[in-house]
Amino acid sequence: MPEITRDEVAHLATLARIDLSDAELDHLAPQLSVILDSVASISEVASADVPPTSHPLPLTNVFREDVVVPGLTAEQALAGAPESEQQRFSVPRILGDEQ
Amino acid sequence: MSAQTVDLLSFEETLEKYDPALGLEVHVELSTLTKMFCGCPTEFGAEPNTQVCPTCLGLPGAMPVVNRKAVEGAIRIGLALNCQIADWCRFARKNYFYPDMPKNFQTSQYDEPIAFEGWMDVALEGEDGEPETFRVVIERAHMEEDTGKTLHVGGATGRIHGADYSLVDYNRAGIPLIEIVTKPIRGAGERAPEVAKAYVAQLRELIVALGVSDARMDQGSIRADVNLSLAPRGSNVLGTRTETKNVNSLRSVERAVRYEMRRHAAVLSSGGSILQETRHWHEDTGITTSGREKSDAEDYRYFPEPDLVPVAPSREWVEELRGTLPENPTQKRARLQAEWGFSDLEMRDTVGAGALLLIERTVAAGTAPQAARKWWLGEMARRANETGTEIDALGVTPEQVAAVQALVDAGTLNDKLARQVFDGLLAGEGTPDEIVAARGLAIVSDEGALSAAVDHAIAANPDVADKIRDGKVAAAGALIGAVMKEMRGQADAARVRELILEKLA
Repeated sequence: MPEITRDEVAHLATLARIDLSDAELDHLAPQLSVILDSVASISEVASADVPPTSHPLPLTNVFREDVVVPGLTAEQALAGAPESEQQRFSVPRILGDEQ
Repeated sequence: MSAQTVDLLSFEETLEKYDPALGLEVHVELSTLTKMFCGCPTEFGAEPNTQVCPTCLGLPGAMPVVNRKAVEGAIRIGLALNCQIADWCRFARKNYFYPDMPKNFQTSQYDEPIAFEGWMDVALEGEDGEPETFRVVIERAHMEEDTGKTLHVGGATGRIHGADYSLVDYNRAGIPLIEIVTKPIRGAGERAPEVAKAYVAQLRELIVALGVSDARMDQGSIRADVNLSLAPRGSNVLGTRTETKNVNSLRSVERAVRYEMRRHAAVLSSGGSILQETRHWHEDTGITTSGREKSDAEDYRYFPEPDLVPVAPSREWVEELRGTLPENPTQKRARLQAEWGFSDLEMRDTVGAGALLLIERTVAAGTAPQAARKWWLGEMARRANETGTEIDALGVTPEQVAAVQALVDAGTLNDKLARQVFDGLLAGEGTPDEIVAARGLAIVSDEGALSAAVDHAIAANPDVADKIRDGKVAAAGALIGAVMKEMRGQADAARVRELILEKLA
């Protein structure tokens, strides 16, 4: 059964920009392992005649035509933004000082 | 960013010690009317965040649907690059945290690209001036979406480093992109910079011929990333590579390859090692600087996109699209050269300057091929060079060049006056006819005024006049110059010469 190590959880947290304390890592790593175990049990049920899939429906080639559909106004688009400036989304500094 | 002084090895010494391996990733923004996964328009230069919807803003619950036209474009590009087209392929999520994608992932393709295993024969100039080809092997061409545009505020340079915060416009987020990736190009040696430039130039020409993109490097609708590594000469080991981004002109592709080769060589030959990283090309200073390190960022945790179903192009569809491919560029060049009567040298210069399609359109608009060549490779190339842009981005169209040449052919303008018409065109003063009228540029055909100017010139230069009377016709040049000066250039030099010789016969 797959097991996720504390180091792997720490790495994932870094990638996901989630700041976890040592105590939280100790707490969460075993919990994530349990979740992975539960998901992995699906492979016990799936026999060789069940192909892996990324979509629940056996469809292909669902396309739209290249036709413009009205979207949002800038005002609507920015309505949910915590901050905006010059009709653009304002986001915090992207690169930290260590760069 | 602080100015960095970087040691570079000379290009010659670099080649004595190392063999370069190149890899080129070219992103082509398709000119579909709508985005890859939603119906938002794709027009360039719209007001910020006016071409967005819940799907391309990544709002909860929004569902993407693939643009058929974009898939067609991808397949046609793949076919034109001699690729296999996948029977069945999926999109994948490329997860990363950077605010240019509001979803926190980019919808791309990972291990199942729509097109793979192709090639392109790149035309180069051989040692002896004979044309020569270099085969670039294409690894894949896949579909993905463009990102938003960030504007960095604060800090000294407007760059991401040192910025206080950033502003994002998502108009571009979701525009269909095709990423074309080469296999490592080895064995190019000293020609690596030239091969890189010629490959991008020829690919761009192909994209234009396919009509799938504007392929404007200056507007970013075609962008090149240059991967480069060096191996000790004669060894077969690929060195650590760097990926240089933001290389936005053909000239820069060549310069960036050359620069990175020399920089790698300096680091390696002094016992250092190359850091695997993204580097940024600076057009103004001609150098690259370090961007983010790749190690961590490479962990994109790709997985198949669950909101989209697979794309499985039928073989009938693929063959139908194959039937829409334009003439192969190599054959087209041969055909045009024969039609235009250009020498090999003229043709090579034309292709090298990126002027082939411009001349084709100018000729189609009624200009003689040699006249079209003269304008694009002379006047336009000079102006483009002065302003550091590509000739097709100058703002003068082939149709305008044809209109100006028609005025020259009609005797309304001489070449010197025609240049002033181009000044007017670039300044947005209207059509060539309007500019001629507004600036008063037409050649003076008033024989009386011309004759008077010739008399003045003869009177002012009696020594020269005597020489001509003695049969030294070559001396007439000095008098023609004086007349042209008095006429402020607006005279037909051949007619002036005739008048001078008549009067001094």
